[in-house]
Amino acid sequence: MAEEQKPAEAPPAKTPVEVNPILKRLVDTFGEGVLKTHEFRGDATAIVDRGVLVDVCRLLRDDPEFQFDFLVDVTAVDYIGRKPRFEVVYHFYSIAKNHRVRLKVPLEEGDPKLPSIVSLWVGANWLEREAWDMYGIRFDGHPELKRIYLYEEFEGHPLRKDYPKEKRQPLIGPGAVHHDPQNDDLSIT
Amino acid sequence: MADERQSGNGENQDNLDLAFETMELKVGPSHPATHGTVRIQLKLDGERIVWSEVEVGYLHRGFEKECESGLYYQVFPYTDRLNYVSPMINNVGYALACEKLFDVEVPDRCKYLRTIASEVSRMSDHFTCLGACALELGAFTAFLYAVEAREHVWDIHDEMCGARVTCNYVRIGGMSADVGPEFPAFVHEKLAKVAKLKKDFEDLLLSNPIFIERMEGTGMLAKEDLIAIGVSGPLLRAAGVPYDIRRAQPYLIYDRIDWDIPVGDAGDNLDRFLVRIAELGQSTRIIEQCVDQLPGGPVDINDPHVRLAGKGRVYNKMEELIAQFKLVTEGPKPPVGEVYLAVEGGNGELGFYLVSDGSGSPYKCRARSPSFSNTQALSRMIDGQMLADVIPTFDMVNMIGGECDR
Repeated sequence: MAEEQKPAEAPPAKTPVEVNPILKRLVDTFGEGVLKTHEFRGDATAIVDRGVLVDVCRLLRDDPEFQFDFLVDVTAVDYIGRKPRFEVVYHFYSIAKNHRVRLKVPLEEGDPKLPSIVSLWVGANWLEREAWDMYGIRFDGHPELKRIYLYEEFEGHPLRKDYPKEKRQPLIGPGAVHHDPQNDDLSIT
Repeated sequence: MADERQSGNGENQDNLDLAFETMELKVGPSHPATHGTVRIQLKLDGERIVWSEVEVGYLHRGFEKECESGLYYQVFPYTDRLNYVSPMINNVGYALACEKLFDVEVPDRCKYLRTIASEVSRMSDHFTCLGACALELGAFTAFLYAVEAREHVWDIHDEMCGARVTCNYVRIGGMSADVGPEFPAFVHEKLAKVAKLKKDFEDLLLSNPIFIERMEGTGMLAKEDLIAIGVSGPLLRAAGVPYDIRRAQPYLIYDRIDWDIPVGDAGDNLDRFLVRIAELGQSTRIIEQCVDQLPGGPVDINDPHVRLAGKGRVYNKMEELIAQFKLVTEGPKPPVGEVYLAVEGGNGELGFYLVSDGSGSPYKCRARSPSFSNTQALSRMIDGQMLADVIPTFDMVNMIGGECDR
């Protein structure tokens, strides 16, 4: 019985901060800038405001306690119908300290942009371009934010949940297949 | 164009500001000296590269979009086609990420089989990479030795799952098939053949001065730069950073097996080659220990809501029949949440980031592919080098289109 009562008493949002020193340090340093933290299946996650993103990243990279020198991944998730709609997700790893952390930045549908972190990790370059290509997230300060997988004339961002999976777009370039909206067949012109 | 500098000789010979034009050259997306579909744009001053840009995306097939529209167990065939020369590692990585999300743990026998599967895949990945490198540097004979060795490695694949390349072998909470009692002997026999071919392959290339000269001192990049770009795997280890997820954050049974992490020193193409050769030996060591220690017992977990219960139980028990029906039609249902799990792929950190909304399909299924980050470093590796160095450097980066472009 005593064990059952224990988790009910503790506020669920605070528990990961108490357990995880990385999250605790972030909350202590940035206060309101860290909107929420959680730890699901051992993955420490901090949801931060885009205003403090670069400062948080700099601390993660340069602080001797953290040493997150390895930017693993940058991607986005489209929670359509939810506010805010988008979340940009960063995964960091420290080779020296052998620990991981995940940062998430919520973004509103009408204003999906946030500062780029290419100045901190060069490797963010392609990853941010991919997030732009697939989700239409703008990264301010990115040296060359252009599509990476698709061609520049492509309309829309295919990993958004409102982009239909079956949608076809014309190929661009010599020998391209042109799509006639009146007729669903594809014809080579 | 590039000759204009020479044409101005005479009184202006010492003037370094002399205007000259660079030559533009586009390599790929389909070029006989590269494997994989990638376009490398170059600006050359003579034969020296002054600027380069790498373009990827020619093999983009919408991996994530497909995964989002299928059920959890339907993703496995797509993962086969990420890195198609080491499909089993992708299977294992995705299954482990799912199991982390579902919070289930597979039996020991399954862990051993998955470890064997991963290392077999790593061997086929390395043999393909090294063989193709030899081929593209003109050593056709050596390539054939590597491909023959790879055939034996694929015979082990075949013995495990019945397919050579696209295996679709692993399941959430188990495997699609168990191996028979003759499996250990079969593996030992095949590995002995592979070891002999590997020795021949090594001897053919490493005693060849042309090969050594093209590999040594080319494509170097400091380890700090590699880390900043996010390069992992043999490329990073060749530069002297012993980062290997199998050791840093052990999964399956890598912490119970005796093996070493080969590291290089200079981080040039030759080191990358030698690290991969050494890793082939380590993989052999791991597989041999695994088959010798292979424990008995079940392969699948006993949880009909995650893993099919098997026909014997489905035909005789009502509960299992209902569970099987729901599992197949609706998919296994994980709790709401998100997980990231990384395994050591053939080319580095292969991670899966899954977001669950509680339904039977992944809300998001992201593959963090090592080739994508590694290919990003290619441009920096070849800048300032000779045009001919693009080939061995690209070979050692070992960009796999399916994985890089997803």
